[in-house]
Amino acid sequence: MNWGYIFEFAITQALGPTAVVYALAAIGLNIHFGYTGLLNFGQAGFMAVGAYGTAASVVTFGIPLWAGLLVGLLATVVLALILGVPTLRLRADYLAIATIASAEILRRIFQSVTFSDTFGGSTGLSGFARDFYALNPYTDTVSLGFISFRNTTAWVLTVGWGLVLLSCLIVWAATKSPWGRVLKSIREDEDAVRSLGKNVYWYKMQALILGGLFGGLGGIVLILTQSAAVPTDFATNTTFFAWACLLLGGAARVWGPVVGAIIFWFLLNFLGELFSQMTRGADPILPTWLMTETQASLIRFIILGLGLMLLMIFRPQGIFGDRRELAIDAR
Amino acid sequence: MPADTNATTGPAALQGLATEPGVPKPDPILVGDKIKRSFGGLTAVDVGHIEVQRGAITALIGPNGAGKTTLFNLLTGFDKPDSGTWSFNDQSLSGVPAFKVARRGMVRTFQLTKVLAKLTVIENMRLGATGQRGEKFLSALFRPLWKSQEDEITRRADDLLARFKLDTKREDFAGSLSGGQRKLLEMARALMVDPELVMLDEPMAGVNPALKQSLLGRVKSLREDGRTVLFVEHDMDMVRDISDWVIVMAQGEIVAEGTPAQVMADERVIDAYLGAHHDTDLTELDHEAVQAQAEAELDEEEAKHDD
Repeated sequence: MNWGYIFEFAITQALGPTAVVYALAAIGLNIHFGYTGLLNFGQAGFMAVGAYGTAASVVTFGIPLWAGLLVGLLATVVLALILGVPTLRLRADYLAIATIASAEILRRIFQSVTFSDTFGGSTGLSGFARDFYALNPYTDTVSLGFISFRNTTAWVLTVGWGLVLLSCLIVWAATKSPWGRVLKSIREDEDAVRSLGKNVYWYKMQALILGGLFGGLGGIVLILTQSAAVPTDFATNTTFFAWACLLLGGAARVWGPVVGAIIFWFLLNFLGELFSQMTRGADPILPTWLMTETQASLIRFIILGLGLMLLMIFRPQGIFGDRRELAIDAR
Repeated sequence: MPADTNATTGPAALQGLATEPGVPKPDPILVGDKIKRSFGGLTAVDVGHIEVQRGAITALIGPNGAGKTTLFNLLTGFDKPDSGTWSFNDQSLSGVPAFKVARRGMVRTFQLTKVLAKLTVIENMRLGATGQRGEKFLSALFRPLWKSQEDEITRRADDLLARFKLDTKREDFAGSLSGGQRKLLEMARALMVDPELVMLDEPMAGVNPALKQSLLGRVKSLREDGRTVLFVEHDMDMVRDISDWVIVMAQGEIVAEGTPAQVMADERVIDAYLGAHHDTDLTELDHEAVQAQAEAELDEEEAKHDD
């Protein structure tokens, strides 16, 4: 057992590009669910549309990367409008159904053979990130004490965490304002808000768009990290990982989703590496009748799922949530 | 604005009007025609004509299931009627969404109070103000753009909270208030919209007697501020005490109107509440005749079901 390596590995991952992606996706879900009460189970769809909007613009249609980024973000706005127009007048469950279905539909479109000329089929798209890495100021490995990142990763992280910071700043300013007050009120009781002369439908739409944009940013960071857009990255488990991050950190808190993403990704990698080491080699620490090496990579999900259940039972507000906000129930 | 001396406006003008359902008022703020709403086979509301006098307190009473709350929902855009037209200040409200109805100056409260439990009392109040710059997303991000307006809204909210004796609860979560305090908060919040017509759905339900007096005072003061009040209530003491005019509904229709004294003496109202045979002594009834009548009614019901 090499504890030092386990921690180093898990911390590197927890601060790495994937954590950035989940943090951005969860910030979006926080706007949707934490502040407005919208159930978006298709955040992966918003991420995919942002990612493929960017990648396809550059690779397939040959426009510059910065313009491609705008196309990607615009595409998430369009997706939010398409999903919101028919469902936001209805009860919250309808948005949940529409989003989870459309995320899968989108993934299958991006993966399909029919559109492989545009979206690259199951191999995806690559070769759009050159302009991004051309701006990389780092020439060497960047070391932060006991962990270090390659220069390309360091550049993604600089931009990525910068975006997270900016997003948090926007969320902080927006939710502390009268605009945020309307969102929180809609979460509590939309009829009451309607009776006070607010256009509830339009506020829900704005929330869906804003949260979708953060999701789209997450998707863009993801494909820039990998220099490739691959459809399997936008499966439903991506959405639910983002939800786990949000609930772990605490909904309706500015930093909740960010801290949640870091902790979630730390735990997932910590447990993975731990069990991997405990089952490795000719004479593993755990007997093979208990766990084999192939089972080790899956057991972390079971334990994490159990942990999330316990969290929901004993601390439903998440790590940073406000107990009082959840303890009071008017109904 | 004090009660008008001119006999065409305000509560004074209601004296001497006919007590027929749908009687025209001298200065109506709200007029409805042929409003009909049915749920499946049940006709919940079927109002031929209704007018509400400006500057007066009008009570809407009737037994349970008379359609009072449904009518409220229809008039305020929270529900859509099958047919009918209605207008507020001579502007048609047919098909106007609820939030626009509120913006035009017609604000309602709910029978089951809808306070925003996880917001503080003062935040509940601030939400009520209309035309807030900070409620637009782009300006919301820049505090200096809306700070001064927010301060002014807060001042107004604090004034109202003091008037409604909720100032000590200012920073409490609305969810921690008692039922009566929630009614007060909801009414105060509705006033933040600065409505011309306040529609209160059972403002006294679940309010303790001590708080009731202060609520009554608040409702009366709305009239003194020049606002019009339309309220649904079961509490007859309240109806008698504060209303200038009473509209009685039963089975979806308006059956009678009048001043509180007129209405309470009206045969049609007593029938609506207690049934047409309420004063017949049961011991005097012939048992066999009652049974025969009951059986005849049952047969009739069965015949209907067989159709």
